[in-house]
Amino acid sequence: MKRPSFVVYGVLAAFVLGSAFPFYWSYLVASRDNSVLTGDFTLIPGGNFWSNATRVFDTIPFWKALANSFIVSGTVTLSVVVLSALAGFAFAKLRFRGRGVLFLFVVATLAVPTQLGIIPLYMAMAEFGWAGELEAVIVPNLVTAFGVFWMRQYLVDAVPDELVEAARMDGCSLWRTFWHVALPAARPAAAMLGVFTFMQSWNDFLWPLVVLNADNPTLQVALEKLQSGYYVDYSLVLAGTTLATVPVLIVFLVLGRQIVAGVMQGAVKG
Amino acid sequence: MTAVLTRPDRERVHQPRSRPPRHRLSALDNKVSPYLFVAPFFVLFGAVGLFPLLYTAYVSLFDWELGADETTFVGLDNYRTLFTDSQFWNALFNTFSIFLLSSVPQVIVAVVLAALLSANLRARTAWRMGVLLPYVASLVALTIIFGNLFGPQFGLVNSVLTTLGIPPVDWQANTFGSHVAIASMVNWRWTGYNALIVLAAMLAIPREVHEAATVDGAGALRRFFSITLPMLKPTLIFVIVTSTIGGLQIFTEPKLYDPAGGSGGGAEHQYQTVVLYMYQSAFQQLDLGYASSIAWTLFLIVIAVAGLNFWLTRRAVR
Repeated sequence: MKRPSFVVYGVLAAFVLGSAFPFYWSYLVASRDNSVLTGDFTLIPGGNFWSNATRVFDTIPFWKALANSFIVSGTVTLSVVVLSALAGFAFAKLRFRGRGVLFLFVVATLAVPTQLGIIPLYMAMAEFGWAGELEAVIVPNLVTAFGVFWMRQYLVDAVPDELVEAARMDGCSLWRTFWHVALPAARPAAAMLGVFTFMQSWNDFLWPLVVLNADNPTLQVALEKLQSGYYVDYSLVLAGTTLATVPVLIVFLVLGRQIVAGVMQGAVKG
Repeated sequence: MTAVLTRPDRERVHQPRSRPPRHRLSALDNKVSPYLFVAPFFVLFGAVGLFPLLYTAYVSLFDWELGADETTFVGLDNYRTLFTDSQFWNALFNTFSIFLLSSVPQVIVAVVLAALLSANLRARTAWRMGVLLPYVASLVALTIIFGNLFGPQFGLVNSVLTTLGIPPVDWQANTFGSHVAIASMVNWRWTGYNALIVLAAMLAIPREVHEAATVDGAGALRRFFSITLPMLKPTLIFVIVTSTIGGLQIFTEPKLYDPAGGSGGGAEHQYQTVVLYMYQSAFQQLDLGYASSIAWTLFLIVIAVAGLNFWLTRRAVR
């Protein structure tokens, strides 16, 4: 196959530049003062980034929010991956009464917008005394129908039935069969599910906004607090968005190849 | 592999005949364990996913204030009010308007982009990562940045327009302008992502089909419209269905677009979406009953639209 012409590269390059521009703009404004917004247009960063970043740390509990986001997304990801692999293994490799119907239920719930149930969910969290606590954003996200579906589809082909049979014959309990046979085989799919779940949880906004408060926020909720108010100090706010974007950009640079592969294998939208 | 497969057979032969406790335990394991494995999903999903959703329908039948001690059963009154509430119809209109402005251009550009990416590029993975970059950005951060870019007074977009001699647009006060701005955030975020999904489907088309058509004298453009596009149909419909379900629930972008606009979606609610209206009713006006009727109505709309999509998919694939 011959190499494409420079026009193709040119169009793609323009698109990638357009994709990257808002990130750069955010850093640009954050590195200057607000004069860049009032006509003094330039594309060269200034030297004010750290002073603006310091103001971010003074305005919102940035480090706490960052830690909270890691705690929430980490716990949610671990739970989704393990519980999805467990249920996915049962649906893919074990025979039990009602399997077909139960799996159909999983598939049917893929499209159900559970986000629309936040009103009773809020009432429940207030009842449990979890409003404002991290449990309130962790517990409702411990499982996803998509995760179960994804792991089941992978395990159907990844683990031969004979292998499960063999482990059983050797006297492995089903739990040990899962742990020593299915889980190692599921590692690639589990990793992919983990990355997507983490990003989705990291970006979650509506529910954390409802149930958390300014003292104990996730990163997204903290950013919102930075922006609210009648007068918006953009070099401050965009310093916040730049700081919040750095961790995801690092993840993307390290895992980009896998994320691309995951999307192309038909991962679902966050 | 063969070693693993033969060993158990041999073992079965040599197995002593009577090990009843172990067998009974194993039978119990076979019977019960599968249910224990799927139970966490069903219990948790039922408790925190499905139950709240169904309970929303129940709450919607009450006059239910947040924090109030008493609630009054009002039947379908909330729905009666809702269907004559111009703010609700406005929000529904805005939601669909933003959805169309974001889905139609997005699918077209994604297909073109996928066609470019399917060329035999140098540094293939780097280009794919490049177009996926927006997908990993934090939605909140991005919305704030776009809100700044589309600022009516000092925004970069208007500066560029002025430089080009085009009159600036009030991207906040103007209804259509605000929809375009919000749709552009959605497009910016998802176009590259969808391009990769389409690309995967494009690469799955057997090369022989293209070769046969080339032999028959079909040019590149002809092959694209007569082979590639028809074979992409199922994927395109998948992309459209998933973006419909997400698009009808759009919240973050209109919520944060203009800090002064708040949960009202602008001074005239010109870009307030249905979920934003639900949020405002529930957590600012504290009217949980009414907000629940909004949520439940939107739920039915999402299910209906998804069902319609599904039906169309089946027809299109057949």
